[in-house]
Amino acid sequence: MARKRAMGMSLLGIIFGVAFFVVTQAQTSGFETFFIRTILGTNGAIRISDRFQDVDGTVTKVSDDGQARFVFHSREGARYVEGIEYPKELRKATADFPGVTGVSEILQGAGVLNTVSRSHSVRIHGIRTREHIAVSDLEEQVIRGSIKNFRDDRQAILVGNRIAERLRLEPGDRVILAGSHESLHLRVAGIFETGVSQIDKSRIYLDLSTARSFLRKPHGGSIFQVGIRHPEDAPAVAAQMQETFAHRVVSWQEREKVWLDVFKALRVSSAITVSTIILLSGLGMFNVFAIMVIEKTRDVAILRSMGFSPGDISRIFLWQGALVLVLGIVFGCLLAAIATYGISRIPLRIRGIFSTDNFVVNWDFSHYLWAISIAIVVVAVASWIPARRAARIEPAKIIRETL
Amino acid sequence: MNSKVNGATPVLRVENLSHSFGEGQARVEALRGVSFEARAGEVTAIVGPSGCGKSTMLYLLGLLDQPDSGEIYLRGKPMTQADDSTRTALRNKSIGFVFQFHFLIKEFTARENVAMPLRKAGVLSDEALFQAEKFLKQLGLSDKAKRFANKLSGGEQQRVAIARALVNSPDLILADEPTGNLDAANSDRVFDVLLKFARDNGPAVILVTHNPELAKRCDRRLPMLDGKFVEE
Ligand SMILES: Nc1ncnc2c1ncn2[C@@H]1O[C@H](COP(=O)(O)OP(=O)(O)OP(=O)(O)O)[C@@H](O)[C@H]1O
Ligand SMILES: [Mg+2]
Repeated sequence: MARKRAMGMSLLGIIFGVAFFVVTQAQTSGFETFFIRTILGTNGAIRISDRFQDVDGTVTKVSDDGQARFVFHSREGARYVEGIEYPKELRKATADFPGVTGVSEILQGAGVLNTVSRSHSVRIHGIRTREHIAVSDLEEQVIRGSIKNFRDDRQAILVGNRIAERLRLEPGDRVILAGSHESLHLRVAGIFETGVSQIDKSRIYLDLSTARSFLRKPHGGSIFQVGIRHPEDAPAVAAQMQETFAHRVVSWQEREKVWLDVFKALRVSSAITVSTIILLSGLGMFNVFAIMVIEKTRDVAILRSMGFSPGDISRIFLWQGALVLVLGIVFGCLLAAIATYGISRIPLRIRGIFSTDNFVVNWDFSHYLWAISIAIVVVAVASWIPARRAARIEPAKIIRETL
Repeated sequence: MNSKVNGATPVLRVENLSHSFGEGQARVEALRGVSFEARAGEVTAIVGPSGCGKSTMLYLLGLLDQPDSGEIYLRGKPMTQADDSTRTALRNKSIGFVFQFHFLIKEFTARENVAMPLRKAGVLSDEALFQAEKFLKQLGLSDKAKRFANKLSGGEQQRVAIARALVNSPDLILADEPTGNLDAANSDRVFDVLLKFARDNGPAVILVTHNPELAKRCDRRLPMLDGKFVEE
């Protein structure tokens, strides 16, 4: 009776272990996927920036408003150019590159946005709307106002929602963008939210040609945001482009490495933590089986004397393990699916690295496979060792000792 | 020899069987060169003082243990060199064991216990249970067939154990003090059943007993002393 209860506890442990495993993986990978979607939709899969000739020149990565830029400390003789030198030509070459779905030219610069009473320093992103929409989710990120108004008006801007909050801006409001050369009177066409707070509180979008004249950069100096068909291949494509174009080309995986590593660490550590539940259940099962083998030694001896083979004996124990395993997996996965669904309904407001109002979950069959594999290994070991011990019982010895 | 002995080839032939336990100083020579034959339908009683090697010999004959030297022939085939699976299969089909203690599995009913060797031999559950009940009936236990083993009296349990040893119609039945735990009445009854079965179905029976009355009722008696057979 006590044994049945202990076995039941082990079964429960495996059910919950499997379920927790899947649920935590669904969450961590859900958030990770969501994060990747956000950064792909905002800064794109690949960015092409400064042209260089000497690859061996010292490169320092400067992290600025969530994107990576590079300063080349040229050594003697090394030539470098900030930004893309001949956008027209490179644009064509990039667009023709295999797997590329779109190229958006962006001219970046600094400015200060002024209203009557307040001012806020911003990073200007000069874009061609149609081009940029093709390589980003900007269209979906506009939460108020309209991207059409922005597209049709060269004197219009899109502002990040945190800037809008600071400056109390609404679509249609007038603002002044001040730079080192001139000031522009502009109209707020829309407000966007990427969820990445660094961007939402500093970025404004402006028409590319307006930006060129405002920043006094009539040619060159821009960067490309490139969309590709298979974002997971970005590092390879980027490397190839860098080789071909002699420009600095950075994939999103390289650009967001820090965050991606954080997510990976979270995913792995939660997997390890939750696996211990399964492991402990396995230990409990092992215990039950080990006691069972001792209790049943005499029965095993008589079965052996009747012509049951060592294999028959171990199968008796393995079957019980298999039963617990199958029940554990079936109910564990069921519980996992229900819990995952339930969790995806829990309201949770997150802003910072992405924007969501719910728990984000990822429905991925591989999480179930992993949980099942761990359960199989644990239960197999927990039943196999006692089963082998039972199979090795020497009937003559036991019978002699019993009498 | 006894008139009841029949059959040309002996079911069992034992040649110069020796077995010892332990090493060095602690070494015990339990069997020192035992030879004999047992024929179908013949009931042999092994008698002798405690510790003379009776059980040791029975476990060797039952292929539960390997002798140090000597050979056991079952239906003419040598057994000591046979591989484990052969020996296991023979234990199931050709040998029936009865011990002093019944060794029934208490979670099972009487008929389920009896059916176990049949199930191992590949007989389907219903058929095995039917056969088991038939044997239990012949042992006067038809009304107890569906009782759990631990709800039976000592004598009943031992009769169930005998039914289990007989159910596969083995060639050789080995019984180590089968009535050792029973009172006189039960002891007689169990013994009767065993003898009747042996004579009706024709296996060779080798039983160990300390009861001289019972030993007298067997076809022959083989007295043992210090690991050897001796003249009476
Ligand atoms: N596992 C063992 N290790 C060491 N010695 C053993 C072992 N089993 C039996 N012996 C010894 O072997 C000898 C024969 O033992 P066995 O059990 O065959 O005697 P037996 O004739 O069956 O006695 P009994 O009538 O009391 O059952 C004894 O001296 C016993 O002490
Ligand atoms: Mg004995």
